[in-house]
Amino acid sequence: MAKRFGATAALSGVDLEVRAGEVHALIGENGAGKSTLMNILAGAFPPDEGTIRLDAREFAPRNEADARRRGVAHIHQELSLCPHLSVAENILLGAEPSRSGLVDFEAMESRAAEILGELGREGLDPRRRVAALGLPDRQSVEIGRALAADARLILMDEPTSRLPRESVARLFEVIDRLRRRGLAVLYVSHFLEEVRAIADRYTVLRDGRSVSSGALSDVTDAELVERMLGHAAAPPLAMSARRKTGEVLLETEGISLPPRLVSASLTLSRGEILGIAGLVGSGRTELLRCLFGLERPAAGHIRLRGREIPAARLTSRDQIRGGLGFLSEDRQREGLALPMSIADNVTLTRLDACSRAGWIDLGRQDALADRAVRPLRVRAPGPRAPVVRLSGGNRQKVAVARLLHQDPDVLLLDEPARGVDVGAREDIFREIAALAESGKAVLMVSSYVPELLEVCDTIAVMRRGRLSPARPASTWTAESILEQAVGSG
Amino acid sequence: MAVALLFALLTGAPERYLSAANLRVVLAQTIIVGLGAIGMTLVMVSGGIDLSVCANVALTGVIAALALRDGASPTAAAALGVLAGGVVGLINGLAITRLRIVPFIATLGMLGVARGAAKYFAREQSVNPPPTWLNGLAVTFPSHAWMVVAPGVWITLALAVAMAFVLRRTVFGRRVFAVGSNEAAARACGIAVDRVKIGVYAVGGLFFGLAGVMQMSRLRQGDPTVAVGVELDVIAAVVIGGGSLSGGEGSVAGSLVGALIMSMLRNGCQQMGWPTYVQEIIIGVIIVLAVAADRYRAARSLEG
Repeated sequence: MAKRFGATAALSGVDLEVRAGEVHALIGENGAGKSTLMNILAGAFPPDEGTIRLDAREFAPRNEADARRRGVAHIHQELSLCPHLSVAENILLGAEPSRSGLVDFEAMESRAAEILGELGREGLDPRRRVAALGLPDRQSVEIGRALAADARLILMDEPTSRLPRESVARLFEVIDRLRRRGLAVLYVSHFLEEVRAIADRYTVLRDGRSVSSGALSDVTDAELVERMLGHAAAPPLAMSARRKTGEVLLETEGISLPPRLVSASLTLSRGEILGIAGLVGSGRTELLRCLFGLERPAAGHIRLRGREIPAARLTSRDQIRGGLGFLSEDRQREGLALPMSIADNVTLTRLDACSRAGWIDLGRQDALADRAVRPLRVRAPGPRAPVVRLSGGNRQKVAVARLLHQDPDVLLLDEPARGVDVGAREDIFREIAALAESGKAVLMVSSYVPELLEVCDTIAVMRRGRLSPARPASTWTAESILEQAVGSG
Repeated sequence: MAVALLFALLTGAPERYLSAANLRVVLAQTIIVGLGAIGMTLVMVSGGIDLSVCANVALTGVIAALALRDGASPTAAAALGVLAGGVVGLINGLAITRLRIVPFIATLGMLGVARGAAKYFAREQSVNPPPTWLNGLAVTFPSHAWMVVAPGVWITLALAVAMAFVLRRTVFGRRVFAVGSNEAAARACGIAVDRVKIGVYAVGGLFFGLAGVMQMSRLRQGDPTVAVGVELDVIAAVVIGGGSLSGGEGSVAGSLVGALIMSMLRNGCQQMGWPTYVQEIIIGVIIVLAVAADRYRAARSLEG
């Protein structure tokens, strides 16, 4: 099977076999073609070559609705629900039980309750409005919709990437129930541990080809990584090689923003990478947003280069002038202007570098963007390509490149490697380490503990809005961080 | 209610402002915007907008008046006007779905086309039909005392109940909500989104056509230059009533209350002898405040 977009071949030669009653993991680097493959299976666009068979019959859906009718349901990363409608209406959307044009709400609600029961989600009230639900519940509704449509194959695109850790186990239970019902699940994820926890077999995609597949029990993680990269994984980056730290750049004392953030004090010096661990929702993001002036802290002191910044007059504009840079965890909504080009996105925070008297010098803008993007190895046709055409990992690289171009002294990074594959992760962290090396200070939030241990000089843990004192990374272990985060230590 | 009481006190003559006679005036004045608001609720719940209401009202009024003048029965003339409104809406829907033009632009174009067509049919002057019972539809004092208020008020109420039922209870109505709430999701679930939209604009057009007939009835003539800017009153009524420009929200009852609030404000200002510019400023402020209050409520309900 092959698919080409313009001159770039996104897929060229993919063989994939998913069996009933199995969870099949689709793994590969960003840009390897996973999303393209999912979209073809979901009917969003047809393949240029090759065939798909579903239950031994030729499967060539005309569009997503057609694919769904024939038993293939796609659970998008960004869920596609109608927030104004009830849970039951969403589950049975397009197939509402009705009598002579009137919706039979009773039948609809009992059918929805039945489906939620099959998923082990009896607690979810079919009459609630979806807008009032949290992300994990919305995901159950979307999976329920796939069941209602009698799906044979369910496509899941990184279903855990936006879930709080506590809800992952419940999602896995739901997926397990699907498997036991004899459905096939095609599961895309970046986390090998997650894949091991839920999937039976795997297929590795690399550069648009399927390079390996088989039972997960027959391969080691190292082998999988090697197949994804096409070469053996680089030994752990020796990034924690002690850097000399210099003057204190950023200092905070008792920052609070109720209810999430209670009290956070830290100091950050030149050349230091300070990692903040903690559960999703523990107040880490709020701390970063306060520091960057996106939220106004209710109490506390912020000193930038020894100068006190009054909390009441904190603005992002001033913080940028003061040498702060921020990478949002939500690149879709807050990080990037998706329809605009790479060059526009990269130079946005410091357009004066390539403009004179209000006129932008396009050649210079391209050159500057290129310079910021190159060390990150962004895969793109050129600096004028719209960011919306890039894969998730490459988008994140563009967001990081914008910080490189802005050239701040203090970098606030919220989940810099979220939803990013091994190779891109390596590129991004290598660049972050290089920045620290050159005397920048980095404050980094991450939910992935091994990443913090590998990259950071010092680590502090946020628990229920309180930040622990920072300690050298070498004195922490994954277990001690988790204990601190969940509060059993 | 709050608005009515406020004005009752402000006028210094509560018994006059709240008198049955004055309320009848207010209700009769609400018919046209009220009918428009019912149709617009449907359109806006689907995530669309129709800017061609005023031109549609003028065109259908002219068509009904011409039919009467040329000897058609009053029933046939009224039906012709309503149907003409439906056709205008149908064309809007087709332009939006087939030509992939955003509703704002498509109906902005129709605003010009329908207004021009009204003037062409009317030879750029008012059309004076012979008097018929149609003229009694939107009067303040109905000819049969047992009706209490104008027949047009009863028609509006009956249609409002019908539309509320359609939106809440029928498959079509719920799909209109789904399309307005998340079009991509609706499409992926096999809902014929384009057909829903065409239906929405066509039905909306029928209501605007009926509003045109009422307009003709009130003026006792078909005036091709009438109702300029009425689309903004209609949109304001829906928005005050809880509708959203981004779709998925709105209720017929709310929209009618919105239309009523605006009529009461106008009437109250007149009673006090305030100049029209005061009315305009007050109504403008009310629209913004209503939406701000709604956003505040929505934000609080999500937190809770």
